[in-house]
Order: sequence, then structure tokens, then C-alpha cells
Amino acid sequence: MSRTRTPVVTGWFAGEGDNFRLLGTRCSACASVFFPREDGFCRNPGCPGGDLDEVPLSPRGRVWSYTDSRYRPPAPYVSDPELPWQPYTLIAVELEAERMVVLGQAAPGVSVADLEVGMEVEVVPGVLDEDAGTTRTARTTLTTWCWRPTGVSA
Amino acid sequence: MVLAADGGERVTSEVAVLGAGMHPWGKWGRSFVEYGTAAARAALADAGVDWRDVGSIVGADTVRGGYPGYVAGATFAKALGWQGARVTSVYAACASGAQAINTARTQILAGLADVVLVVGADAAPKGFFRPAGGDRHDDPDWLRFRVLGATNPTYFGLYARRRMAVHGDTPEDFALVKVKNAAAGALNPNARYRKTVTAEEVAASAVVADPLRLLDICATSDGAAALVLSSMEFARRHGAADPVRIRAVSTVTPTYPTTVLDLPDIATDSAAAVAPADGTFRASIALAAYEEAGIGPDDLSLAEVYDLSTALELQWYEDLGLCGEGEGAKLLREGATAPGGRIPVNPSGGLASFGEAVPAQAIAQVCELTWQLRGTAGARQVAGARAGITANQGLFGHGSSVVAVR
Repeated sequence: MSRTRTPVVTGWFAGEGDNFRLLGTRCSACASVFFPREDGFCRNPGCPGGDLDEVPLSPRGRVWSYTDSRYRPPAPYVSDPELPWQPYTLIAVELEAERMVVLGQAAPGVSVADLEVGMEVEVVPGVLDEDAGTTRTARTTLTTWCWRPTGVSA
Repeated sequence: MVLAADGGERVTSEVAVLGAGMHPWGKWGRSFVEYGTAAARAALADAGVDWRDVGSIVGADTVRGGYPGYVAGATFAKALGWQGARVTSVYAACASGAQAINTARTQILAGLADVVLVVGADAAPKGFFRPAGGDRHDDPDWLRFRVLGATNPTYFGLYARRRMAVHGDTPEDFALVKVKNAAAGALNPNARYRKTVTAEEVAASAVVADPLRLLDICATSDGAAALVLSSMEFARRHGAADPVRIRAVSTVTPTYPTTVLDLPDIATDSAAAVAPADGTFRASIALAAYEEAGIGPDDLSLAEVYDLSTALELQWYEDLGLCGEGEGAKLLREGATAPGGRIPVNPSGGLASFGEAVPAQAIAQVCELTWQLRGTAGARQVAGARAGITANQGLFGHGSSVVAVR
């Protein structure tokens, strides 16, 4: 049986290990950055409109806020209804250079008790589901991004 | 006279609230059409207006009722009996009701109709709201569920935790909001939950999205609300010499770049290239209403705000200018926003007591203002109410705030 890795959304992140990055776009005319990527038009109302070029986002930021999901979210979130629900943590992260806040799941094992507002976190590759779309001949791992504390506190 | 965003001057005028009506909130297991029609009939009876004399009907749509929900104006017109009225159906998520009220007001002020019926109704499913079906990678609402599993309560949890970190709010503060609103709701025959709640009961309820518990978060409900609005001239001819008047309706959008992570977004805009505006989007919603009405927070007798969570009610105190930034919990603890306080907030019981019936909710807020300003709110009456404001925010950038006076 083969196993393929499929990003949960195409073009939002790329790279392996230390080179893993979220991908946004930047307007060539006004330098506005967009995540999720904006490929059609620059949304700055004062911009005449430029080319939107792919740009990696800062890999590190600081916790703006955090919470968790104690109950199973509805579809299209992928989860196995046969298994007991395992809560996961969500972190909103402020990126200094981009001056924006980006939401993501926390890396596995990171609970709300491990976090505080202002703490430094970094983006790491993550797995949303191991067996999404599994067939008899192929297994698909659905990949995503996660935020993980770097150990630098607030 | 105030300046519009396009720089043009406009003269603001008032419309009269001739009638208000509701179908009680709950989980009744029937069609939204039935609830809306009952609320419409109640509002028409309250106004003393025959449906056949209504020149226009505006429906606030629901996305949960199939096609009839997308064309709510026509659905209610048919249910009440076709009589040829002009019809409009609007959708703006939680702000749909304010859009419907504003559409009615605009038609009246433009002279297109003398009397307009506004109706919103919903029949809500059990559990979390979820996005429309299909495989829709271009829909931010679908994406936040698909990629993050981020339900509405997780966003409420993020805001609550942020307030705790920045302003020092505590879970006990949040619980006090529920205690206050449940006590008010216990007095309201249209509320779904009519029992008082203690802080201990809030603390003992299950955590849904840390730090918020089940009793911090509003339920989803069935319910309906309706208003009969008219020109001031029609109201006089109709014998309503001193009606409640709608003086402002704010339906503003955000300004780029947004700085608060709003549902259903996965990220804010970037402020790297363009400096953000001074205030947040939520604050701008109220500001536009105050400017149009020519009043300020000190002129208010009461406010009805969208307490999707207990913590969010405290945020609204600050966004409405009832207190300074970060002082919401202090205002609550002082009792200023409780019945008998300086500025009672959610004397109806709020979403904490109603649960959310999306397209009906912003209309229900104005129903409460109407009854309070008439002095007919019974056991929950705010003494001597002269001016009130409603506030809410719809997904995807919809401001919603109404100022009513008497």
C-alpha cells in the first residue's frame, strides 16, 4: 500500500523541517501581504493594483491568544467518529514583520496550560489526519501547519 | 447633518416603530415560516395595521430553510396572503435583521412606501453551526472548519483569553455576565431560558473552548421577530402621536487593514503596508450609529448587545463607549449594566437567555428597545427609558447598530 502526503489546502505552506514556511502573497505595488494567499487582486483600497507574488511568512511570532476545542467540530473537519474525541489547542499568532495575526492548531501535545499570551512560537509541519481518503491501495496523509512554543516565554 | 463615507452630506430623518412582535424563542421543531408569520401577525396587531395596507415587506433570510429561506420576504408575504406589496429579501449573517430594518427605513425615507413590515425567523439545528455542504476551497467559512475545525465558540474563546491577558478579566467576571442576563431573561416571556443562574452553576458547566464554559456561550434557537415601520407622517395620521422612532441604523463595513481576528477568518489583514484605523471595526459600528443619531453613550438609557459569549458582552461595553478600554469588567462589577444601574445592558436577557435565531436576533433587539422606550416592558422595565442602542456584528464584515428614541 502506498502513502501519499496531501496538503489540506494547496499552496498555503511548503518546505520540510526547518525550512517549512506558511506561504502568502505580496503586492508588488504596495507591499501588502496576504494570508491566506490572495492571487486575484490586491485588497488595499488605496493601491492601484500590482502583481501578487508568493512570499514565505515569518516562521516565528508571538501568541496573540489561544483556546481549545473540547468537542468534535462538524464536517468538513476530518475526524474518525468511531474514536473518542481528543481536544486540540488553537493558537492565534502575531507576526511582527507582517503585522498580522495567523491562526493555527498547536503542535500535538501542546495544551492551553503550556501557553501564555506573548510567548514565542514557531511554525512546524503538522498532520491533520493520517487516513483521510484511504482506499484499498493508497493511504493519504492530510498535512497542515502547526504552532509550537520555542521555549522563549512572554 | 453628518458626513457619509463618500464625503457627501446627508440629512438624517426618523421613521416610526408602529408595531413590534415576536414568536417566543425555543426549540419548537417547526418551520421558520410558521414562527415568522406569527411574529408578523403580532407586530401588525400591535401596530393596528391591516396587512393589506402594508406597502412593502422586507425579510431577513435564513440559510437553514432551503429556498424559502433565501427568499424570506416573499415566503412571509405568501404565508400572510399575497396582497401585491413590494418585496425585498436580505442576508448579512447575524446582521441580517439590521439590514432588513435599514432597507425598510430607506424605502420609507425615499417615499417608496409609507408602511413596511420587517420579519426575520430561524429554525436552528442542534449543536454547532456548520458551513454549507460541498467541497468549497474558495469559501473562508468552509475552510476554517476544514483546516482548523474552528467552530464559533473557539473564536469566542480566543477573544476571552485575550481579554484575560490584556485587561485582567477573570472567568468569574464572565460568569457574572451570565448571572445578570439570566436574571433578566427570567422576567421575559419571549426568552427561551427563564431560570436564574448562579456563578457556581456557570463554573460547574463543561469547558467548551477554554476559558469559556457551556453557560458562557449562547445556544442556537428557533425564534422570530417582526416590526412595522412607517413614515412619521403616516404615524401621525394613524393616531400614533408619540411613537418610538428609529433615529439611526449603522450598517458599516470594516476598513482595511482589519486588526481583530474575526469569524470566519484564519488571519487578519497585514498592517505592514497600511496603518490601521484608530479604532476597531466593532467600535466603528457604534460610532457610525452615534454620529447619525446625533447622540453619544451618555445619552443612552439602555443597550442591547450581541452576547454570543459572556466575554463578548464586556467587549461591547468598551466598543459602545460605555466605559474606557479594558474597563468592561469593572463596569459590570459596579452593577452599572444591571437593572437599576447607570446603563442597563441586555435587559431582555440577551442571547444568554434567548439563544441565537440568526436573522431574527437584530430585529428582536429593536423589539426590546421599542417596549422599553414605550414603558411596556413589565417586570424588566428600565425606568424612564428615552434612548437605546443595539449592537451586533455579522460574519464577513457586517456592522449592525440601531438607535431608537422616544
